[in-house]
Amino acid sequence: MQEVDEATVRRIARLARLEITDADAGSLKSELNAILKWVEQLSAVDTKGVEAMTRVVSMRMKQRDDVVTDGEMAADIVKNAPMAEDNFFVVPKVVE
Amino acid sequence: MPATPRPAPVSARLQGATGPWELVIGLEVHAQVASNAKLFSGASTGFGAPPNSHVSLVDAAMPGMLPVINKECVAQAIRTGLGLKAQINLMSTFDRKNYFYPDLPQGYQISQFKQPVVGEGVVVLDMADGEIEVGIERLHLEQDAGKSLHDQHPDYSYVDLNRSGVALMEIVSKPDMRSAEEAKAYVTKLRTILRYLGTCDGDMEKGNLRADVNVSVRRPGEPFGTRCEIKNVNSIRFIGQAIEAEARRQIDIKEDGGAIVQETRLYDPNKGETRSMRSKEEAHDYRYFPDPDLLPLEFTQSYVDGLAKGLPELPDAKRARFIKDGLSPYDASVLVAEKANADFFELVAKDRDGKMSANWVINELFGRLNKEGLDVGASPMSAKQLGGIIDLIASGSISGKIAKDLFEIVWTEGGDPARLVEERGLKQVTDLGAIEKAVDDIIAANPDKVEQVKLKPTALGWFVGAVMKSTGGKANPAAVNEILKKKLGIV
Repeated sequence: MQEVDEATVRRIARLARLEITDADAGSLKSELNAILKWVEQLSAVDTKGVEAMTRVVSMRMKQRDDVVTDGEMAADIVKNAPMAEDNFFVVPKVVE
Repeated sequence: MPATPRPAPVSARLQGATGPWELVIGLEVHAQVASNAKLFSGASTGFGAPPNSHVSLVDAAMPGMLPVINKECVAQAIRTGLGLKAQINLMSTFDRKNYFYPDLPQGYQISQFKQPVVGEGVVVLDMADGEIEVGIERLHLEQDAGKSLHDQHPDYSYVDLNRSGVALMEIVSKPDMRSAEEAKAYVTKLRTILRYLGTCDGDMEKGNLRADVNVSVRRPGEPFGTRCEIKNVNSIRFIGQAIEAEARRQIDIKEDGGAIVQETRLYDPNKGETRSMRSKEEAHDYRYFPDPDLLPLEFTQSYVDGLAKGLPELPDAKRARFIKDGLSPYDASVLVAEKANADFFELVAKDRDGKMSANWVINELFGRLNKEGLDVGASPMSAKQLGGIIDLIASGSISGKIAKDLFEIVWTEGGDPARLVEERGLKQVTDLGAIEKAVDDIIAANPDKVEQVKLKPTALGWFVGAVMKSTGGKANPAAVNEILKKKLGIV
């Protein structure tokens, strides 16, 4: 198993938009490696010829008819937003 | 898919300072699925609604909300796959594509990465120098993102999630195109097929069809070069311009001894150039994984067969049928480009001469519609009225010239062509006695012209014109010609 290093921890954190301190990075590295080591046990099982598991119970995906049944509650949708105006979410400027 | 990638036609090569270059182009087209509700929620897909009014708690990614798939969106993807003569996968799965952006509240887009609903297919393009096949790599279902407005405030962006969660079909081509012309023809053809199928309205102005364009250049005969991806180009014209600009940029770099860096770029139509989207580079680490909220998408072959039975005749088949019925390949292509146009033509051509109907539909009606900026759905003249005019020409009741006048009258005033001809006395004069009298009058009044025509028989045209004028354009031109020749002694 490949060990996770601190640089990888920082990279994952950045991709997840999490701000972590150097101390966090060190302890998260240990935790992640422990988790990966635990999951690593699975590789002991021989899965040759076994189809990938896509469900834990034998059931088919539920499907919906193409009917509008939801929406029209803009005020509720933005209610918890830190900032909103005229039912828009307002966020720090993001522009290319 | 040919084993060796098709070389570019010599005419499509771009000339650099150090010799010719070939383009290699592949496209990812995002087509909005025509449906009432979103892919995984019951909110409306309607365009132009007030901000965040077409948003459910699922679309807003509120905790604990679960996606439930819209079966019509699946059917639309299957229909599209069938229209692209593609492999339909009876089992496919959904994955999460992770990235953070304010217009994507889930923090991931539900997409199909490992097992798409549609596999390999093909689109045939009619280019000036023959047919080209562009391979389809795959078609998968995914969610659209919301819309950010950046011009409302100096420090903030405004986010509207109405489009968030609307179903998209991402249609990925193989790198089979070799020029901007071919890429434009591909998007045009794909759009036509989607519109025939009714699976996407193809409205590029609303962003319902947009393309990511992959471009690379190579020396003729060389393997593929490093490519750049131009994101989100939203008109066919801009797709062509973006490819030309990007190819030129890459050729300049290579000719100066540089190397192309694989990256995402944006096309700026005002400057006519592409520029790097540096902020997107890191986002390429999407960390796909199977979406645990969604079971595999499964359906039976008989379900697919049922959908196949309900498909309309597609443009290639329609075009072939029109050509078989006597139309020129060019006329057939013009007519099938839009289904509504082809339908109108078929109403006009029913039980009438196909070639003549095509001429009137394309040259007169479409010409006029174009001039007025109307599409065929808004035509003030019905197929029945235009057919009526054609019947009057075919039966010899009116001359071709009068037919054009009649077209004008029907266009502006409406009415039944046959009745208009009766009421306004537009009927062609086939009564030889009446024509003969008109001819005699003209000859008697113009002795000088009679002398001229004896020396120069081509001056006959003047007499034909004069007789037609004196009969208000109603005389049968063939009869006028014959009688004139006889009376003037021209063989």
